[in-house]
Amino acid sequence: MITHPKPQELTEAVARWIEEIRPSLDPRNAFLARVAANALAAVTRELTMGEQAQAAAVERLEALLGHGGTYAALNWELCEELRAGQMDTATPGLLMALRANVLDQLAIDQPTYRHEAS
Amino acid sequence: MTVDVPAALSKLAVRLAGTRARAVDAQRLSGGASMETWAFAVEGPRGREELILRRRATAFDPETSRSTSLAAEAALIAAVRAVGAPGPPLVHLCDAQDGLGEAHVTRRVPGETLGRRINSDPKFDGVRPLLARQCGEVLAKIHATAPPPAAHLKTADAGAEIARYEEIYRASGAERPVLELAFQHLKKHLPPPRPHVLLHGDFRNGNLIIDPEKGLAAVLDWELCHIGDPAEDMGWICVNSWRFGRPDRPVGGFGEYADLLSGYEAAGGDPIPLARLRFWQTLGSLKWGVMCLTMYMSWASGGSASVERPMIGRRVSETEIDLINLLEAGL
Repeated sequence: MITHPKPQELTEAVARWIEEIRPSLDPRNAFLARVAANALAAVTRELTMGEQAQAAAVERLEALLGHGGTYAALNWELCEELRAGQMDTATPGLLMALRANVLDQLAIDQPTYRHEAS
Repeated sequence: MTVDVPAALSKLAVRLAGTRARAVDAQRLSGGASMETWAFAVEGPRGREELILRRRATAFDPETSRSTSLAAEAALIAAVRAVGAPGPPLVHLCDAQDGLGEAHVTRRVPGETLGRRINSDPKFDGVRPLLARQCGEVLAKIHATAPPPAAHLKTADAGAEIARYEEIYRASGAERPVLELAFQHLKKHLPPPRPHVLLHGDFRNGNLIIDPEKGLAAVLDWELCHIGDPAEDMGWICVNSWRFGRPDRPVGGFGEYADLLSGYEAAGGDPIPLARLRFWQTLGSLKWGVMCLTMYMSWASGGSASVERPMIGRRVSETEIDLINLLEAGL
């Protein structure tokens, strides 16, 4: 992949430009511009952290389900188990694994979100 | 149909306040995707009046829409104001002559609606400790209101709400283990039935006008009014997504569960156990998670072009961490 510039440097540059012009916009567009800058910031974080987060999620899902697989296949299987009631809040390790996966996703989507355990 | 709202407001000003009146300072307020909100003022022979226009931006389908018509919203505001709940005073229900589509005008109640300011601006330090109790008192009044028959309100209990949102989730094709777990868990832990009441349906920090001297001055956005379990409204205002950076204060990020519940009882509401409220709070986080998915879906299917919609899809993970916290604490 090209490194001069890296994709996350491009998203970062556009996000900075939006911040620069934001004060000159009418209130509705200033609001939407902030949303757009937030979207680019999330993409930047996903480009930087996404791969590692997914690898960690796969490890946790493998431990929970007892076998290997791709992220998509493991995630689908877990959903099916939960839907069928084969796993629930009493399943050992389930809530802990889900918490860790969700925290990694939240760090990409919305790192400033404050929740009851933060 | 694109409507030139400021031009239509000038016409409306004459209708409301006489031939020499004019509309000034019209400004669309941010937020609100299906409904447009405009602040404006009418200057006429009787002086200046600060007003709010609410209008539906897209066609309204009473069969599929969750929300009521704006005419029904006007009837609801009148009904709750009659029992002393602070809906915004209705000034005018628009008709074809106004050229604004489906819309109504209310008086602008002074105060703050931005949750983050209410929760952290020192200006509100004095009233903040009173707010949860005031919310309980106002909810008791709303819940005691006889639903106006003209509003044709829908009824939904916990089981029906879960089924409806599960169907939407399935149709989205998303695979989110935490949402799946929450659906199954809530279905197994339904609270026992209790008498249904009139609900606000979107009673949360962000839809409240807070006066720095008096506290809760008005409750806005009545379009999601329906009939159901009183604990639904109580749980919704405790969903962490509307605590605006203050997860330590469960009611709206400004108050405590005990104050909300005791204010409700003191104003004549049938006591609600905290566990029932927490069930609805959990269902509230789950509903908001599914709503975030549907906002992304409406963008992905070409129904809405705004950058706001797909980005809201990235808020599902906030509801997932809140659900994990609630499920770990036990219902």
